[in-house]
Amino acid sequence: MSSSLTSFTAYLIPSVVVIILLFGMVKRVPVFETFLAGAKEGLHSCVSILPSLIGLLMAVHMLQASGALDLFTQWITPLATQIGFPPEVTPLLLLRPVSGSGSTAILTQIFDQCGPDSLAGWTASVMAGSTETTFYAIAVYYGAVGIKKTRHTIPAALLADFACGVFAVLTTRLFFGQ
Amino acid sequence: MMNMIWLFLILVSFVCAIFTGHMEQLSQAVMEGANSGVTLVLTTAGVMCLWTGLMKIADSGGLTKRLAHLFSPILHRLFPDYPPDSPAIGAISLNVTANLLGLGNAATPFGLSAMREMQKARPDPHAKTANDSMVRFVVLNTASIQLIPTFLGAIRMQYGSSAPFGMLPAVWITSFSALVVGIAGAYLFRGKKDGERLQ
Repeated sequence: MSSSLTSFTAYLIPSVVVIILLFGMVKRVPVFETFLAGAKEGLHSCVSILPSLIGLLMAVHMLQASGALDLFTQWITPLATQIGFPPEVTPLLLLRPVSGSGSTAILTQIFDQCGPDSLAGWTASVMAGSTETTFYAIAVYYGAVGIKKTRHTIPAALLADFACGVFAVLTTRLFFGQ
Repeated sequence: MMNMIWLFLILVSFVCAIFTGHMEQLSQAVMEGANSGVTLVLTTAGVMCLWTGLMKIADSGGLTKRLAHLFSPILHRLFPDYPPDSPAIGAISLNVTANLLGLGNAATPFGLSAMREMQKARPDPHAKTANDSMVRFVVLNTASIQLIPTFLGAIRMQYGSSAPFGMLPAVWITSFSALVVGIAGAYLFRGKKDGERLQ
């Protein structure tokens, strides 16, 4: 199963590109000119998300460098262990919503120490595969259109992240529990 | 709210650094963090432009409209303010497709286009407050709806897993449940409906 999935991955992006181009050709779209016009809009997107990203990543780097994340992890680990969270995975619970590269680092660390097929490894995998970097999406999406008041976005998104942690524990127990 | 959270993250970091004695690292992190924002945009700029370019072709050929039609039963409920054939729903459909296929780097440019189209169609296109549909759309994008997390499978394989994609059923249940909870939260927490009438 894994080898066919790996080749699926290899085929995916080139296939999507070719399908879109063939479709455009059949519909007589001037493909290159249209591509250029669209790519120019992409450049505009890059510029519009830059300020939000600089602000957000600065705060995230500060949080990690100051040791604040380690402190929070120490505080919530006993609580998280009570609801069945493997202690090795608690840093992920805090880091996943704020930093994509940070949580990948934690994930590889868990795989390295406990193995990817351990209970901690499974829980971490399910968590990593089931949610995105919440604050990145919020900052970038709203930043690009100049929306300042996000209303109930953050509470709803964080609730989803919390639910993700709970369901990750439950499904891991269900599928891989001893 | 972003104001408060940003301020909170930075103040907490500063206070923590005083007690942990990490002030030097913190000082470095301020600069590094700001720089990494630029690095991230620069390293992803090519791919971003690639996808927005292809998106334009898909739009002109009518592919986007077909996708929008395919997803309309769900999208119509989540974003009732935008008509099924509007550019906003078209861009949302592309974003959902890219998310499902696990094309993370395409989902962002499509999502940004969707946000711009949603903003453009509002009574006040320069509004500074999110409407209900935007909140639901952003929540949809903070939860992962990826069918096959290929990147994760690759890391698991690299660390010698005997079943690199063994977590798939658990991931599907978890991500779907988390998404439902998030969308339910978006309805529960919205307080008064924004009352915005579009089109």
